[in-house]
Amino acid sequence: MIKVKNLHKSFDGTEVLKGINTSFEPGQTSLIIGQSGSGKTVFLKCLLGLHKPTKGDIYFNDKTYNDFTKTKKSLLRKNMGMVFQGGALFDSMTVYENVMFPLRMFTKMTKAEMDNRVTEVLDRVNLSNANDKFPSEISGGMQKRVSIARAIVNKPKFLFCDEPNSGLDPNTATIIDQLILEITKENNITTVVNTHDMNSVFEIGEKIVYLQGGIIEWEGNNKIIHNADNKDLISFVYSSNLFKKVRVAQQKGY
Amino acid sequence: MNYIESIGQYFMMLGDLFKKMTKGSVLRRLIIQEINDLMTNSLGIVVFISFFIGAVVSIQMALNLSNPLIPKSLIGYAARQSIILEFAPTFISIIMAGKVGSFITSSIGTMRVTEQIDALEVMGINSLNYLVFPKIIAMLFYPFLIAVSMFIGIIGAYLAAVIGGFLSSEAFLTGMQQDFIPFQVAYAFIKTFVFAFILATVPSFHGYYMKGGALEVGRASTTSFVWTSVIIIVANYVITQILLS
Repeated sequence: MIKVKNLHKSFDGTEVLKGINTSFEPGQTSLIIGQSGSGKTVFLKCLLGLHKPTKGDIYFNDKTYNDFTKTKKSLLRKNMGMVFQGGALFDSMTVYENVMFPLRMFTKMTKAEMDNRVTEVLDRVNLSNANDKFPSEISGGMQKRVSIARAIVNKPKFLFCDEPNSGLDPNTATIIDQLILEITKENNITTVVNTHDMNSVFEIGEKIVYLQGGIIEWEGNNKIIHNADNKDLISFVYSSNLFKKVRVAQQKGY
Repeated sequence: MNYIESIGQYFMMLGDLFKKMTKGSVLRRLIIQEINDLMTNSLGIVVFISFFIGAVVSIQMALNLSNPLIPKSLIGYAARQSIILEFAPTFISIIMAGKVGSFITSSIGTMRVTEQIDALEVMGINSLNYLVFPKIIAMLFYPFLIAVSMFIGIIGAYLAAVIGGFLSSEAFLTGMQQDFIPFQVAYAFIKTFVFAFILATVPSFHGYYMKGGALEVGRASTTSFVWTSVIIIVANYVITQILLS
C-alpha cells in the first residue's frame, strides 16, 4: 500500500505539486489523470523516488523514503517495477536480455532458473517469439509488453506505468490495459498508472485521481465518475462526442 | 558561473560513480563490451593515422634539413622524438576525443533522452557506476593503443624516409637510437593514462547530464569534443611542465 501525505514539489520556486493526500491499495489499478502540466509525471517521479519532495511524505507499507537506510532504499526499489512511456528498453540488449536484466542484477538465481522465469513472463505478455529481437526491431505495442515483462519479472510489490498506451492503436491499447489489470490481480500488486487515455479510465480505473494545477480535484472510480460534480473533470473525461454519449448511457444505468 | 557549476558537478559525478558498485558478473560483461567498443574498434583508425603522420613527419624533416652540416640521421631522431613525445599520446588523444568521446556522449545522451537511465535508477542501480565505471576500466587499455600508434608511426617514418630516398636505413636507425632517454617513454605513458581518464569521464559527463531531445544529443557531442580536447591540451601542458622541465 502507498500513502501520500501533504506532498509538495517545487522547481526553481515554481510549485508543481501543492499538497497531495491520497493512498493506493494493493490488488487495485489506480489511475492518475489530468491535463498536460497538471503535475502527473512529477507526482509519479516523486512516488518512484526520482524527485525528492519539497515537503510531505510518501509511505510504502507505513515507511517513508526517509526511514530507509541506503540498503533498504535499494531493496524498496527492487520491489518496484516501472513501465516507461517510451518503453525505456535497453537498446543494446535483445528482448530476452532486457527482461532478464533485473534478475541478473538483483538475484542469485542460476541461469536455468532465470531462463525459466524470463520464458514465463514473456509467455504471460504473449511475446514468446521475440526473444532474439532488439527493441528497434519490434513494434511499439510489443515494446510496451516487453517493458511490462521487465517490470514484473522480479515480482514487484509496486508497479508504476507512465502513459502505457501512448502511441498505440486502440486494439493494442486495450490489450495493454487488460494485461496491467490482470497482472495487478494475479500478483496483488499496488499499481499506479499515469494516463491520458479515456479508454483506460473506463476499462481499468478501479481508483481514479484527477489532478489539476498540482492538487487533487477529484477522487473516485470508473463506476461513479459520470456522476462527478467537478466541471473540469467532466469536461476533461467526456470531452469527445463519443464519451459524452457514454456518459448519458452511464447516467441511464447502461 | 555556469562553468564553475559544471566543474563542481563533474567532480561530484566522479565521487558518485564509485558508490554502490554494480554486480561483478554484470560489470565483467560491460567492461568487455566497452573494451571492444572503445579500444578494439579504434585500432584501425589509429593505425591508419599513425602510419601516414609518421611518414609525413619524416618527409617534412628531410625536406627542411638543407644544411649539409646537419647529419641526415637527425630525421630518425626527430621522427622518434616527435612521435613518442607528442604525436602518439597527444594528437591521437585529440582524435580519440572525436571518435570515442562522441560515441560515449551520444550513447549515454540517447539513454538519457529515451529514459533508459531513469529505468536503471528506478531499479535501484547506480546508473553512473553502471555506465561510466566500465568505460574508465576499458580506457586503462588506452596506453596499449598509444604504444601501437608509436610503433606504427615510427614504421611509417622509416619507410617514407628510406623508400623516399632521403637517407639510408642505417642512418635512420642510428638517428632513432641517438640520445635515447627512457624516461621520455615513461612520461608519454604517464600522460596517456591521464588522457585516458579524461577521455572516459568528460564525454560521459556531457552525455549523462544533458537535457532535451535528439538535437541536444548532437550538441552535447560537439561540446564534449571541444571540452575534452581543451582539457587534454591543458593537461598536456601541465604534465609536461611538471615532468620534463
